[in-house]
Amino acid sequence: MFQVPNMLFALPEMLMLGMACVILLVVAFAGARGTDWVYGLSQLTLLSTAVVVVWFIGDGGLTFSDTYIKDNLSDLLKLFICIVNMLVLLYSIAYLKARKLLQGEFFVLAIFSTLGMLIMVSAYHMLTLYLGLELMSLCLYAMVAMHRDSAVATEAAMKYFILGSIASGMLLYGMSIIYGVTGSLAINDIAQAVATGTGDETILSFGIVFLVIGVGFKFGAVPFHMWLPDVYHGAPTAMTLFIAAAPKIAAFAMIIRLLAEGLIDLQHHWQDMLVMLAVLSMIVGNLVAIAQSNLKRMLAYSTISHVGFLLMGVLSGTQEGFSAALFYTLIYALMTLGAFGMILLLSRQGYEAENIDDFKGLSDRQPWFALMMLILMFSMAGIPPLAGFYAKLTVIKAVVDVDLLWVALVAVVTSVIGAFYYLRVIKVMYFDKPVVEHRLEAGSTMQIMLSANALMVLGLGIVPGILMKICTIVFA
Amino acid sequence: MFAELPLLSLLIWLPILGGMLAIMLGDQRTMMKPFALTVASLTMLLSFGLYVGFDSSTHQMQFVEKLPWIETFNIHYHLGVDGFSMPLIILTTISTLLVVVAAWEVIQHRPSQYLAAFLIMEGLMIAVFSALDAVLFYVFFEAMLIPLFLVIGIWGGPNRVYATLKFFLYTFFGSVFLLLALLYLRHVSDSFAILDFHQVGLSLDEQIWLLLAFLIAFAVKVPMWPVHTWLPDAHVEAPTGGSVILAAITLKIGGYGFLRFALPITPDASLALDWFIITLSLIAVVYIGFVALAQTDLKKLIAYSSIAHMGFVTLGLFIVFDIFANASTGSGAVLAIEGAMVQMISHGFISAAMFLAVGVLYDRMHTREISAYGGVVNTMPKFAAFAVFFAMANAGLPGTSGFVGEFMVILAAFQANFWFAFLAATTLILGAAYTLWMVKRVFFGEVANKEVQSLSDINRREFWMLASLAVIVLLIGLWPAPLLDVMHASVKHLLTQVSQSKL
Repeated sequence: MFQVPNMLFALPEMLMLGMACVILLVVAFAGARGTDWVYGLSQLTLLSTAVVVVWFIGDGGLTFSDTYIKDNLSDLLKLFICIVNMLVLLYSIAYLKARKLLQGEFFVLAIFSTLGMLIMVSAYHMLTLYLGLELMSLCLYAMVAMHRDSAVATEAAMKYFILGSIASGMLLYGMSIIYGVTGSLAINDIAQAVATGTGDETILSFGIVFLVIGVGFKFGAVPFHMWLPDVYHGAPTAMTLFIAAAPKIAAFAMIIRLLAEGLIDLQHHWQDMLVMLAVLSMIVGNLVAIAQSNLKRMLAYSTISHVGFLLMGVLSGTQEGFSAALFYTLIYALMTLGAFGMILLLSRQGYEAENIDDFKGLSDRQPWFALMMLILMFSMAGIPPLAGFYAKLTVIKAVVDVDLLWVALVAVVTSVIGAFYYLRVIKVMYFDKPVVEHRLEAGSTMQIMLSANALMVLGLGIVPGILMKICTIVFA
Repeated sequence: MFAELPLLSLLIWLPILGGMLAIMLGDQRTMMKPFALTVASLTMLLSFGLYVGFDSSTHQMQFVEKLPWIETFNIHYHLGVDGFSMPLIILTTISTLLVVVAAWEVIQHRPSQYLAAFLIMEGLMIAVFSALDAVLFYVFFEAMLIPLFLVIGIWGGPNRVYATLKFFLYTFFGSVFLLLALLYLRHVSDSFAILDFHQVGLSLDEQIWLLLAFLIAFAVKVPMWPVHTWLPDAHVEAPTGGSVILAAITLKIGGYGFLRFALPITPDASLALDWFIITLSLIAVVYIGFVALAQTDLKKLIAYSSIAHMGFVTLGLFIVFDIFANASTGSGAVLAIEGAMVQMISHGFISAAMFLAVGVLYDRMHTREISAYGGVVNTMPKFAAFAVFFAMANAGLPGTSGFVGEFMVILAAFQANFWFAFLAATTLILGAAYTLWMVKRVFFGEVANKEVQSLSDINRREFWMLASLAVIVLLIGLWPAPLLDVMHASVKHLLTQVSQSKL
């Protein structure tokens, strides 16, 4: 008996797919003249998708033969992915224009990549998940490679593609092992099979190893982080921003669907693996970041350490831990958006403000944006009363509550080490004399949104309760 | 009339919002400085409301405000003061007002941001003293680092970047252990309220780990030997206002932390480890006293003398365990805790005065080297009178506040162990030695050089700034009863908490 699936649950994705095709057509026919139109259409797509997500918030369930899920978690993550990518496009536009990279293809890739993220978030079947992941990743590889004349960017794209493919291969291999043991690729079937103990646990744990490696690659957790600094550094800053922000939210969905929903009963197996990933990421990320003079590279290593913190929430294996990790992911996305946005803001034609020294004396030239950067850096360092502190607080609390005190100890000590390199950015901005002129070429919309972005980090630091509550409800 | 007002919230947010407004007014507006002065004065007047409305017969928290803040974790915006925190808040508001006055013509570089930093600092520090929720406490405890980091880094001396980074990382390193301890306590007690932490039962092992975490956090702040090395650097490089706030208040937050967290939460561990903390305190008193003797930089000398004086605070707090062991009556213990408290308040005013005095000299001569001075009394008689008075207070001259705290702690120490008292009492000699020798070299003798010859005496602003501090120092020295009365009930309560084993 054929049942009509509940299409409504996938309405945001369908809308986005339709709009992506429209954008593709506009790009193909209007060519270079239509770039402004394409930009507007892309923003409209993201905005309308966000509206649809909000409109249908609440009810949910499985659809498409239990391969697709709409729940509170997916709604929240989709909303954030859309908002984050809207900001990403807004921040990127002036930068790309100045470098003649603003082609219609960028927007097509961005929208398709966002579609991939949305599918990842809603996937409740390993194949759907893989589909979403590949859709997202292939677009990202192409975006990094868009700057054809730049040798670094091409190298970064190659590296990203090859290592990303290995990661996908690992993930697929892990999925196939899980399939072999449980006889299903659907997350709820797997969860049931594991709970009833039908499969061989040793083989299952073997499969988990490969899943964790795949997820670790996508997150950029140590020791699978090698691609991350090179790609962040090599890619044009706008692309770096795109890779750094929303895909992490999608990757969070992936780890939750796979480990927390599918394999929660095997937590004792994956917990230790994640502990190693988290601890190594925090140590390596924070230590190596100290040695960086390039801000993009420094932020790449800082991302690695943030991934370590985020994994701490997941590895605790409690509802509270998952919501802490979710909170961390969202705050991280917001902070990264602001930090890379600041690099984009200060860059102009023929000048990349990507070295830490390029921020020298910023407070003399642009006191307002120096203050915004100060907020972002202190927040990343985890100093209250900024949002980054509460993110760290919740994940550390999650591991303390499951009696993993030594992990919490590593976390706090490495965050002191981490504070040093964030402070260095503040030091050059506030304590050093300016060497270059800081002229702003970006439009006022970007300036306002970037300020709002940074002030949001401060605001969430003063009243973090609401977002925390939302993150808790999602997992309740 | 003060009971209905949310007085503590006003005290916290008035200066913070005032500071933000001062930044917005900017350096160009002439009204910016009067505005900052008004905010600081108003805050100080409001803080006197705490004293007037304070009920000194109870140890219960007063002026309590409690609102839900982060409901998910049951974290509250929970404020209240008792006999320990109230005097420290008043110390904060007075010091900040003086800093604003001291900066008046002196700070030329971005004055609005300078004043704003101190106003915001003031609000944060008052919040630290009045927070009754662990997360709230921690948030303000850490947030305080941001303005101080900028103040030292932007307005500091030539080596300011090194000093401010050292200061920030040292204190941040200490406080992350506090965060772990607080999270662990919340794990055990299922609440973030500090007063609930006081009730929770803990095994000796747990208590020792917690105490060590507290010790790392607060010992860095106090600072105790051997984690004091950030202080001389920070003081030397900081602008006058930064030094004043650093010495007068942030150091007290360390002592306050011991009172609020270490003693009531981990009494058994404090008993077990008191020898360790007493040893560190006595090293601070004696060894750092000798170190101070060898200094050639005025600010460094005062910085080291601060460490030695703060040694009395930690000594007073932890000898109570030995007093309990020796004497059945608790009178010595009361004396020890109250002595430590008086020492904190008194050191707050005296060190503020000393740093302001150095600031007065530095503004004229742009050097802090003792050898660059000599015979200042000839050209600045009024200033010299104040400076000598504060130096005497620093050395613990009877009749000044410096004497009261030290005398009480030494007296209590006799009940604990004769040798503690003996070593502590050496400060009377050492303190006199390093301060008076400094006074001799800077103020007395022949006029040393042309620069000193051309010095002009203090103006009206500086006169009133120093005079008000002199009055306070004398007042506490001659009549400490009003200060002691407010803390009496809280001290009694603390001692019952400390004497009850949690095992």
